Amino acid sequence: MTEIVAHTLLVLATVVVLVPLFFVLVLLFVRGAPLLGISFFTEPPRDMNKAGGIMPAAVGTLLLMAGTAAISLPVGVAAAIYLREYAPDNRATRLVRLAILNLAGVPSVVHGLFGLGIFVILLRFGSSLLASWCTLALLVLPTVITASEEALRAVPDSLREASEGLGATKRQTILRVVLPAALPGILTGAILAMGRAAGETAPILITGVAFFCPELPHGVFDQFMALSYHLYVVATQVPHVPPELPYATAAALIQIVLATSAVAVVARAHLRRRRLA
Amino acid sequence: MTDRRALLEGAFRWAVTCAGFASAGAVLLILGFLVAESAGLFLSQAPGEPGYPVGSFLTETRWLPIKNPPVFGLVPLALGSIVVTAGALVIAVPLGLAAATFLAEVSPGWLREVLKPTIELLAAIPSVVIGFVGLSVVAPAVKSLFHTQSGLTALTGSIALAIMSIPTIVTIAEDALAAVPMSYRDASLALGANRWQTTWRVVVPAAAPGLLAAVILGAGRVLGETMAVLMVTGNAANITLDPRDSVRTITATIAQEMGETARGSDHYHALFALGAVLYLVTLATNGLASSFLERARRRMSGAR
Repeated sequence: MTEIVAHTLLVLATVVVLVPLFFVLVLLFVRGAPLLGISFFTEPPRDMNKAGGIMPAAVGTLLLMAGTAAISLPVGVAAAIYLREYAPDNRATRLVRLAILNLAGVPSVVHGLFGLGIFVILLRFGSSLLASWCTLALLVLPTVITASEEALRAVPDSLREASEGLGATKRQTILRVVLPAALPGILTGAILAMGRAAGETAPILITGVAFFCPELPHGVFDQFMALSYHLYVVATQVPHVPPELPYATAAALIQIVLATSAVAVVARAHLRRRRLA
Repeated sequence: MTDRRALLEGAFRWAVTCAGFASAGAVLLILGFLVAESAGLFLSQAPGEPGYPVGSFLTETRWLPIKNPPVFGLVPLALGSIVVTAGALVIAVPLGLAAATFLAEVSPGWLREVLKPTIELLAAIPSVVIGFVGLSVVAPAVKSLFHTQSGLTALTGSIALAIMSIPTIVTIAEDALAAVPMSYRDASLALGANRWQTTWRVVVPAAAPGLLAAVILGAGRVLGETMAVLMVTGNAANITLDPRDSVRTITATIAQEMGETARGSDHYHALFALGAVLYLVTLATNGLASSFLERARRRMSGAR
């Protein structure tokens, strides 16, 4: 009897946990539907964000994702190669691991403060796309390192031994044998990182995003718009916004984030199949 | 040729080692930078102009950055963060642990394979979206249910943050439960206990350190969360323990005021001091969680 009651409660809790996910998705797409046409994605905002589309914000978000990945991926994969293939099992290595673990726990707004101090002010990038790229790259770095290291660990040692047995050096083995085999896992990590870069708001708010800027950035030292901050703006900072506008903006942001996750899943399955063939 | 090859080997090794240590060094760099920028508030900037007293920062109960002279009191903001976090945990911990227990101990394998990624998908929803939904749905509900003035309360923030911390709690707690060896369950069932008794009296106690780590990491996520609280808690720096009041958290203060302050001003340095406090608290939280995870790992590998 208690078992039935207890299990029923557990099922109920699980349902309650799942409800918000579907509720949020349905709410955003239903309430935003009137605006979600092609022109919403291709037109710039007008009238201080009260009308028009989200084109520069959507492009800005895609730029953020690409730049963040381009900076964090080489550093993160290299760090993972060090940890998995080279690092001795000693105190220093354990400290490095501990530090990277802690980097993952740093709140995003603190990353923003750091980015403001280092990239915007000290390195004179100004409030810019470049400063936001660097800030977000540091923020997602632990994700990239962890995913890449796991992917490297999953490559069987027999592959490494076979390569080195044929006379390849350690570097050749890593670059030509281990990395290609680990690619699906590494890509999944990179795509996760891009999804995170698309959703983050506080760090870019401090380091470079623009309130209203209908033109696309002309270079990396320009300010830019982004969907996440744009949602914050139309939801809280601009009076008399048409009610559907923030819903549609949120729906667009969710689409990008979820599409990114979907790409990760598909790319991973595809690469794994190719490797098995 | 061999010289060139040896050089390449060395260069490659050197490059990846640098990347590893640089990534780790970032943690120290962030800490050093926050401390250095905070110091600008407390140290004298010019002769005859004393710095802001540390004691006042830690004990003053008001945060009035643009008053003349300004007052930078940590207390109302820290209290705001604590009230919102505590409220979020009260909601998220029972739900998260129960869902994790369902996934690990009750649900058939195929269902777990579907549900766990789905719950993790919840973690992918950006906090600004949760904040917006909190603003448009949760706040009006709180307002009419509790007859508060605006609906923008600590409770509204707690609900939004509970939704954000649940995936963390479920994922880590489910891992902890799944790591309990099958032999424990088999022994309990063989002695005549039913499945629930086995779960409650054997599996949950065995997984306790990991479950605790899940809760602590969930708390860490809530404490550092910015956009959702900024949008739904009303941002009044009140001294209150009542979840129906409007509060202002450390994170929201940084995000909201950093854009309006002059670089190098006392206010600017005070916001870095808030960042340093937040950073130290999250470091401690993560340290605590990893020590519990380590304990869980040792316990499980010791007894098989």
